[in-house]
Amino acid sequence: MLQEESDLSLMIAQIVQKLKGSNLYAQLERQAWASLQKPEIRLESLKEDIKEFFKISGWEKKLQNAVYSELNVYPLPSHPAAPPEHLKEPLVYMRKAQGSWEKRILKSLNSMCTELSIPLARKRPVGQQKELLNKWNEMGTDEPDLSLFRPVYAPKDFLEVLINLRNPNYENGDSLSFRTHLGLIQVPLKVKDIPDLKECFIELGLNTGQLGIDDSTQVPPELFENEHVRIGQKVLAEQDSAAAQQYIRQGSPTALRAELWALILNISSQPEDILYYEQLKANVIQHDLLVDSLIYKDVKLTASNDDYYFVFEDYLYQVLLCFSRDTSVLGHFAYNSASPPKSYIRGKLGLEEYAVFYPPNGVIPFHGFSMYVAPLCFLYHEPYKLYQTFREMYVRFFFRLHSISSHPSGIVSLCLLFETLLQTYLPQLFYHLREIGAQPLRISFKWMVRAFSGYLATDQLLLLWDRILGYNSLEILAVLAAAVFAFRAVNLMEVTSLAAAEAVLADLSTLKVMPLLQIFLFATIT
Amino acid sequence: MNTLMDVLRNRPGWVEVKDEGEWDFYWCDVSWLRENFDHTYMDDHVRISHFRNHYELTHKNYMVKNLKRFRRQLEREAGKLEAAKCDFFPKTFEMPCEYHLFVEEFRKHPGITWIMKPVARSQGKGIFLFRRLKDIMDWRKDTRSSDDQKDELPVENYVAQRYIENPYLIGGRKFDLRVYVLVTSYLPLRAWLYRDGFTRFSNTRFTLSSIDDQYVHLTNVAVQKTSPDYHPKKGCKWMLQRFRQYLASKHGPQVVEALFSDMDNIFIKSLQSVQKVIISDKHCFELYGYDILIDQDLKPWLLEVNASPSLTASSPEDYELKTCLLEDTLHVVDMEARLTGKEKRVGGFDLMWNDGPVSREEGAPDLPGMGNFVTNTHLGCVNDRKNQLQQLFHSLQTQKKASS
Repeated sequence: MLQEESDLSLMIAQIVQKLKGSNLYAQLERQAWASLQKPEIRLESLKEDIKEFFKISGWEKKLQNAVYSELNVYPLPSHPAAPPEHLKEPLVYMRKAQGSWEKRILKSLNSMCTELSIPLARKRPVGQQKELLNKWNEMGTDEPDLSLFRPVYAPKDFLEVLINLRNPNYENGDSLSFRTHLGLIQVPLKVKDIPDLKECFIELGLNTGQLGIDDSTQVPPELFENEHVRIGQKVLAEQDSAAAQQYIRQGSPTALRAELWALILNISSQPEDILYYEQLKANVIQHDLLVDSLIYKDVKLTASNDDYYFVFEDYLYQVLLCFSRDTSVLGHFAYNSASPPKSYIRGKLGLEEYAVFYPPNGVIPFHGFSMYVAPLCFLYHEPYKLYQTFREMYVRFFFRLHSISSHPSGIVSLCLLFETLLQTYLPQLFYHLREIGAQPLRISFKWMVRAFSGYLATDQLLLLWDRILGYNSLEILAVLAAAVFAFRAVNLMEVTSLAAAEAVLADLSTLKVMPLLQIFLFATIT
Repeated sequence: MNTLMDVLRNRPGWVEVKDEGEWDFYWCDVSWLRENFDHTYMDDHVRISHFRNHYELTHKNYMVKNLKRFRRQLEREAGKLEAAKCDFFPKTFEMPCEYHLFVEEFRKHPGITWIMKPVARSQGKGIFLFRRLKDIMDWRKDTRSSDDQKDELPVENYVAQRYIENPYLIGGRKFDLRVYVLVTSYLPLRAWLYRDGFTRFSNTRFTLSSIDDQYVHLTNVAVQKTSPDYHPKKGCKWMLQRFRQYLASKHGPQVVEALFSDMDNIFIKSLQSVQKVIISDKHCFELYGYDILIDQDLKPWLLEVNASPSLTASSPEDYELKTCLLEDTLHVVDMEARLTGKEKRVGGFDLMWNDGPVSREEGAPDLPGMGNFVTNTHLGCVNDRKNQLQQLFHSLQTQKKASS
């Protein structure tokens, strides 16, 4: 009892600490002062009256949403004496692996820099600044020579690192036993099995209405859809984050999605936020970074070539270039196993006073990075809204897909979850694919790293991301990957090479995500 | 990627014939039609893919005349409000005969942009934009000097049309919609609307400052293909379903319903306006490609109607769309005489007009003005044509067996 209480008070103290520095705190203070003018506020019962005022005016709800957001994003402190690295990543060998991976990335970036004799950063001459400002809304028309640039790394490079990950305290042994894991990931992390997943994703069950299933043309809308939309509108009217997160587990109606996501991610578009975005834009105009060319290259290679996202090319530059300048993103490294790369002012190598994070937000884009942003363009029109949503999605979810950690939503766990599900419930398929040299993870890895963006049709992708937000977890990506293999199992059993297996799974654009998930979790005999 | 040949050759029981005298079905060129239709005898069952004087609808100058006349008639019969429903065509003047009327209109709205289009050409050829009378006075001098001989007819007519300066933009780009409408008869008017279609994007960002850059303003794929920015892999097209979803997430479903219902209005009124003029031969059917532009107020405008919409596929997705479109067209034309004639849906086609409006509800009376009348159109909606065709033909078979 005592331990729980002290944990709770520690948690409260931490949240209060965090919120005290936030904009919301300043606003609440201002509101409290302003409320003193009101007749309902009496000096004798000042505290209760102000609390009552907050409740009625909706400010208490905003505070609740902020607290809920903090609880979702920040991991609970495991032990008051735990050092900050443990918050990033508790296991030493994972931290070490992440550290050496980062060194490799930085080396690659630095060597590209030296090869091309391009500085990591430089101030733009005034003429160029003016030009860029004029072209801000159509940067896609620019055709800079990007032939010499190459992406710093691609998902398959990262996969090789994960395959070689080993826990030095764990002896696998040479002899095969029923416990031997047949997949590529060889670290002993705890992952859920189907009974656990069924409990966790209980709202996806066969008896619960879902958007993505129960809104199809054959189902009359009176059965589920109309009521669900009505509830969604009510949730939005209440402006309750927690309720929205619960609601969206059954999917979001198309018309309400933009607002619901903003509510769940606790994004408000205050004038300060718009101003902040404009400041970032000014930073982009003034300084040219090497990563900008990487971003351009990535957008041109991926989103611009996509049949559906090419239209949003300009928005992607506007978001990603600003993102790389946003130092507030550095905050997420407190709970990310990764650390921002450090660079030193020329000539001052090793001197901490001359160290800067590079890029300013500490995130080096890789091949396919722009696909995290592209689906959001469907929902948000104003660049600053699009920007805020992407940033929140990144610091809550996407960062876990390309850093080495033991977190249940981290990419390592997702890979292991995928492989374990396949090995346990589709052993014949798994064994067959392994025999022909087509380890399933080699095919599904790229889907999970990109959270399926660019592989599924957009409406299906958005239904999937609804559930990521609803369950505050990325595990559903691994479950979907396994469900896709299960769906195409018959064809896959007939292939005899990795290339043929890739071909069977090349086109996911016709898949309906929710039925696949439901069948895999709830309708398969376990 | 010849979709038409593939569909015709793969149709069970159909044989390609080379001999001109032997055919039952001809997907012909408009030029062949012009030369041969009048002196070709056709049996009752024979079908041909154009109406004799389709140009009443598909040539811009004729279409304008017919629409104007129809509008006046509507105003007389049903009042100004009803007539205003015909205001989906930007103000157009035939050149050079309506030149003076055009100048009057031009002077009333100084500074706006106009577009000059040749009446009968397609794929964006010969089109230019202008803002000053000087620009076309030069052009007029050029064309006049070339037909000094009184006996020579001018090579082609042009129309001057008010350019829509506030198009709805997606990703900063202008786009238009290509929609397919199948007409199997004009008297009575029977028209089907295909659920699929596509959105064609301009490759460059929209701005009024570069009138001469025809790549910006013209969204025809043919023009875009020659733009220096064009990457063939992109294709610059979205399926209509994607477009509909995009609009729904931005503006909500009611707004989208209203927009698509306005588009239904365009299709129906444009067909009604030429109903009495087109020679309604029972052998004829026609698959039209409608080009629609949406402006920022979400009002749809009719750009033009094509009698021979392009059937070449620019991508695998495009191939899929066009082959399914053609298959379903042949199902509706029904050379195999499988249909009863009472169907409201065949594959991806929904019966939009059957000598009167068609209701979406099963068995409901087709009477507009009843509170819950919803037209039987599903543009941009789910197209589960394979399932529907399977069920349809299965039930037709059982019906036949039952009645024999």
